[in-house]
Amino acid sequence: MMENANLTTGTNAAETVLSREVYEDFLYLEGQLLDEWKLDEWFALFAEGATYDVPTAGAPDDVSSSEKLFYVSDDYFRLGHRVKRLKQKTAHSEWPRSHTSHLISNVRILGSDSSGVQLRSAFVTHRSKRDKIDMFCGHHLHTVKMIDGELKIVSKRSMLDLASLRPQGRVSIIL
Amino acid sequence: MAGQVDLTKPQDGKWVREDSERGLFKVSRDAFTSQAVFERERERIFNKCWLYLGHGSELENPNDFLTRNVAGHELIFNRDRKGVFNAFFNTCPHRGAMVAREECGNALGFKCFYHGWAFNNNGKYATRSPEGVYPKDFGREGDSVDLSRVPRLEQYRDFYFINFDADAISLDEYLAGSKEILDIVSDHSPDGMEIVSGVQNYSIKANWKLLVENSFDGYHAEETHDTYFKYLFDAIGGTPEEAIAKMTGESSCYDYGNGHAAIEGEAPWGRPVGRHIPAWGEKGKEDIAAIVEELEGRVGKPMAKRISNGDRNAVFFPNLVINDIMAITVRALYPVGPDEIHVSSWAFAPKGESPELRKRRLDNFLEFLGPGGFATPDDVEALESAQIGYGNAQFAPWNDISRGMLKEKAANNDEEQMRCFWREWARRMEAE
Repeated sequence: MMENANLTTGTNAAETVLSREVYEDFLYLEGQLLDEWKLDEWFALFAEGATYDVPTAGAPDDVSSSEKLFYVSDDYFRLGHRVKRLKQKTAHSEWPRSHTSHLISNVRILGSDSSGVQLRSAFVTHRSKRDKIDMFCGHHLHTVKMIDGELKIVSKRSMLDLASLRPQGRVSIIL
Repeated sequence: MAGQVDLTKPQDGKWVREDSERGLFKVSRDAFTSQAVFERERERIFNKCWLYLGHGSELENPNDFLTRNVAGHELIFNRDRKGVFNAFFNTCPHRGAMVAREECGNALGFKCFYHGWAFNNNGKYATRSPEGVYPKDFGREGDSVDLSRVPRLEQYRDFYFINFDADAISLDEYLAGSKEILDIVSDHSPDGMEIVSGVQNYSIKANWKLLVENSFDGYHAEETHDTYFKYLFDAIGGTPEEAIAKMTGESSCYDYGNGHAAIEGEAPWGRPVGRHIPAWGEKGKEDIAAIVEELEGRVGKPMAKRISNGDRNAVFFPNLVINDIMAITVRALYPVGPDEIHVSSWAFAPKGESPELRKRRLDNFLEFLGPGGFATPDDVEALESAQIGYGNAQFAPWNDISRGMLKEKAANNDEEQMRCFWREWARRMEAE
């Protein structure tokens, strides 16, 4: 599934799978933090070393960022800077801030291994700025893991189920 | 045009005003908002100039094809059974439906899904019909049942361009001095260059000429891209002052003729073709040293220095951008109305690049470029903001493009390159 998920090899035990409700709540919380622009709290949901990808519209789930051009392919350092950037007034695209609504549905547990539990969810994210509303629809692929008693995101990949970024033009918000 | 520039009465048909004595250059905002200007551009620019279609590396094998919209025309770019490159209008000669609707593929021919008319991949009519429904010699010259060919298709260094005007001058003559840029980016690697898989197709609610200007605008970088530079210096270590002190490259503007121009200088980011940054580590340093050594052996030291250490932004009149900066982007832009652009951006890279170096290159691309980068979205915001501002054109009618006009040698943060574009635009648009 994910590039960094080692699904079959590895001798470590697979991550314990919790009830779907737990993961649904977690994903809803993530969406709410983004809508409320609580970006530090949102970033704190990520484990150290986590990654965040947004491949180009319509790419397959297993696409690799070392072979294909993406929109976003952040390691943990750059993701941290994405948050820092969005909090500054000079992140012009998002100043004044746009309004967003992150809707999450169709949450499924795909499996589990030593890297964590793999989740698939459908999303529709609306972004409104001035008189324009952009809609982003697609599905998220999360790998989550319990670390020191807290659920953390190890990787997040937002797959845009779109043919192109027209008319949206940008993914300057976090999906 | 010497003497006082007349800014009192913006009048139709004269959008560009230049006063070389005082060093003033003004463009009427009407050029960005008017439907009549947009239609005139279609007729005088997009139907007359050479327009980028694609790169040869996108069609590696005979029978490969791709579909692409160029300036409002749905086209097929393919190689036939003999390997010859073709450009066809993607419309069935029978009733008009598109004969290829997928983005790309490999096919010996094309078959229209509507009534089943079929064509060889050299465009020739190849439909089998029961005897008697069409004339026996149906399909002979003049019957208009082959796929229509785009009037002209020519290439330079594997960059394929089309022209809708059969009488246009050759691509070679048209590109004039700008061929230097295609040479430079093609010479990055001894193994040839290729378009990386994956295209960023996006749109901007602004006039296309705003994106032309922005694509080689050294002046806006510091102000618009503040957050990018904060990220960059945190990523590469050091301070802006230290980075500037290390820079030895010359800051230049190149007027290549026919409206093509480029700026060149040296920036603080890493270049996968020869400028190391500490974030790439010792192994990265060795990789870069090997790349530079190979370059010096192949193209000589002075050109190797330009290729490895020079950052350049080029516009090929009217609508192709090649930016050879922290990565190479090939960007084509098409107006779909006075206030909307369709943009297609690709990454350009050495063939056979190792996965590690390719990843480093694409990471570099994404840190700045594209709809999710730390810079392009802010450019888009600036362009859309300008377009909204032009709603006041009746009372604030002129754009200023005068920066550096009185200098003997313009720098990469002046606006001479934009004036090169606008002079050619005016030559074509303002002629009787």
